[in-house]
Amino acid sequence: MPGYAERVKVVGIYIQGGPIGVVVATGGIRRVIEFRAVTKRFEDGTIAVDELDLTVEAGTITVFVGPSGCGKTTSLRMVNRMIDPTSGTILVDGKDVLTVDPPTLRRGIGYVIQQAGLFPHRTVLDNIATVPLLSGWDKRKARTRAAELLEIVGLDANFGKRYPAQLSGGQQQRVGVARALAADPPVLLMDEPFSAVDPVVREDLQNELLRLQAELDKTIVFVTHDIDEALKLGERVAVFQTGGHLAQYARPTELLAAPANDFVASFVGRDRGYRTLTFLHADVPVHPIDTAKLGERITVTDWTLVVDEENRPKGWLSGVDGEVEVREQDLISGGSLYDGTTLRGALDAALSSPSALGVVVDGAGAVTGVVQAGDVIQALAKARAAGEVPK
Amino acid sequence: MGWLFDPAHWSGSTGIPLRLLEHLGYTLLTMVIAALIAIPLGAFVGHTGKGGFVIVGLSNALRALPTTAVLILVVLWAGLGDFPVYVALVLLAIPPIMAGTYAGVRAVDPATVDAARGVGMRESGVLLQVEIPNALPLIYGGFRGAALQVVATATIAAYTGAGGLGRFVFDGLALQDFGQMLAGAVLVALLAVLVDLGFAGLQRLTVSPGLRPVGTGGKK
Repeated sequence: MPGYAERVKVVGIYIQGGPIGVVVATGGIRRVIEFRAVTKRFEDGTIAVDELDLTVEAGTITVFVGPSGCGKTTSLRMVNRMIDPTSGTILVDGKDVLTVDPPTLRRGIGYVIQQAGLFPHRTVLDNIATVPLLSGWDKRKARTRAAELLEIVGLDANFGKRYPAQLSGGQQQRVGVARALAADPPVLLMDEPFSAVDPVVREDLQNELLRLQAELDKTIVFVTHDIDEALKLGERVAVFQTGGHLAQYARPTELLAAPANDFVASFVGRDRGYRTLTFLHADVPVHPIDTAKLGERITVTDWTLVVDEENRPKGWLSGVDGEVEVREQDLISGGSLYDGTTLRGALDAALSSPSALGVVVDGAGAVTGVVQAGDVIQALAKARAAGEVPK
Repeated sequence: MGWLFDPAHWSGSTGIPLRLLEHLGYTLLTMVIAALIAIPLGAFVGHTGKGGFVIVGLSNALRALPTTAVLILVVLWAGLGDFPVYVALVLLAIPPIMAGTYAGVRAVDPATVDAARGVGMRESGVLLQVEIPNALPLIYGGFRGAALQVVATATIAAYTGAGGLGRFVFDGLALQDFGQMLAGAVLVALLAVLVDLGFAGLQRLTVSPGLRPVGTGGKK
């Protein structure tokens, strides 16, 4: 895209629990992606995508989810012409992609794949600078941009000189995302980008993507087979069914509350009632709780929460009579902590706690009180009555 | 070994230094010509994934050719001189280089190639900027194997009246001078080691540190 670089401007500096970096974004360019009656039939006759009609809204993360062989990846790869449709039209910002020369088209669309697909023979910095260099930026400018991107995706500057083989899977995928963002494309295609990393790293990467998207406002198409990932990341979720049919295209809450057919219902899963809680932020009453510190002598009557010097939870004490000294080895370890965000977190904290009391913590991790499962159920009923849960 | 260390054999137009240079000359020119033919062929077939059977068939056919027979055939057709030597040696060097290049390009991670296309490289860029650089270790493998064979086989140049270290072997044989024969053989072996070391150095300079086994490349 000629003239593209000129429109890039610095829009701000963010400090948000992570690295401090300069965010560079394209001034107000937002792209819509439209699929119009798109069909892909492979040479062996299998229909990968069947008459797909779908509009990906500008500035959103739209997730394509479904079992293998449902056509989600094929649909994604038709956007940047890695695959061409058999019939139908795909429009990016109103322009038919088939009228654009594939390499030129792809340089304007970020592309992130499973396993990252980094170039093993190039340093991290050179990997990130790939698209700017292909688009004719001069070397110094491309390198400077690559160094910025390294910071934006949360990697230390000294990673720039390393080679991909020296990075962990999660770090490689961060570099993959940085490479896709380097030329600041308005559209980003992500094909199961986080499925090859372990669950803890995956969650980090997902949160990082949400944080980045809040800053960058890209139009992102994200493919996954993991419904939890889809519900977490997607503003809109397209559920694909085997045979290349689009079964339902809706917001996550609608998908959970009103699956369009049996396939969607079973794919979304049996615990979808529980998952619905992820999207609710209603108030749950927080009850006070007795706390004690290690080394103190206390009289235990009921469950007592033991905390450290900063008032952060260490574990529970119970089942002793009379006055005792609080000792580390007597503690019963606790469950998950509720940070006051979603109802799902509140219920999980209560259910996983040995005392059935979910520990509520503030931003610093200090105890503010406890919640009970019953309160969560009541909050859900209240939310339902208020019409917050889609029917 | 007395023959080898006799100062009289280390000078003049039939001396050891000149024969060494001739031998090295045959080897290097052969390798350049063979590489110019074999690397593009192997790379093209590896990149497109089409015609792999041609590479395998051609390699096997060429390997089955006895080099001496090729040499005599070309001598009968074109006469004595350096030309038949180069034909025979180039045909000998092509299969390992071509097979190494083909295997190297095929072995590049499909995800890497997919990403190269996906970020907007043209087919030539995918091949030259991604596939070939990543295939270099295997290309060098084939190339160095071929070079060893060529150094050893270049002795037959003397068979058609040309130079090289083969002179000592063939002349020694004719004169029943086993010291001279042994000297020729030892020099060929030494040259083979040196040539391989030279290409190993070239490989170190041209292959990205990112392709070395994990933990040894680049700066931590």
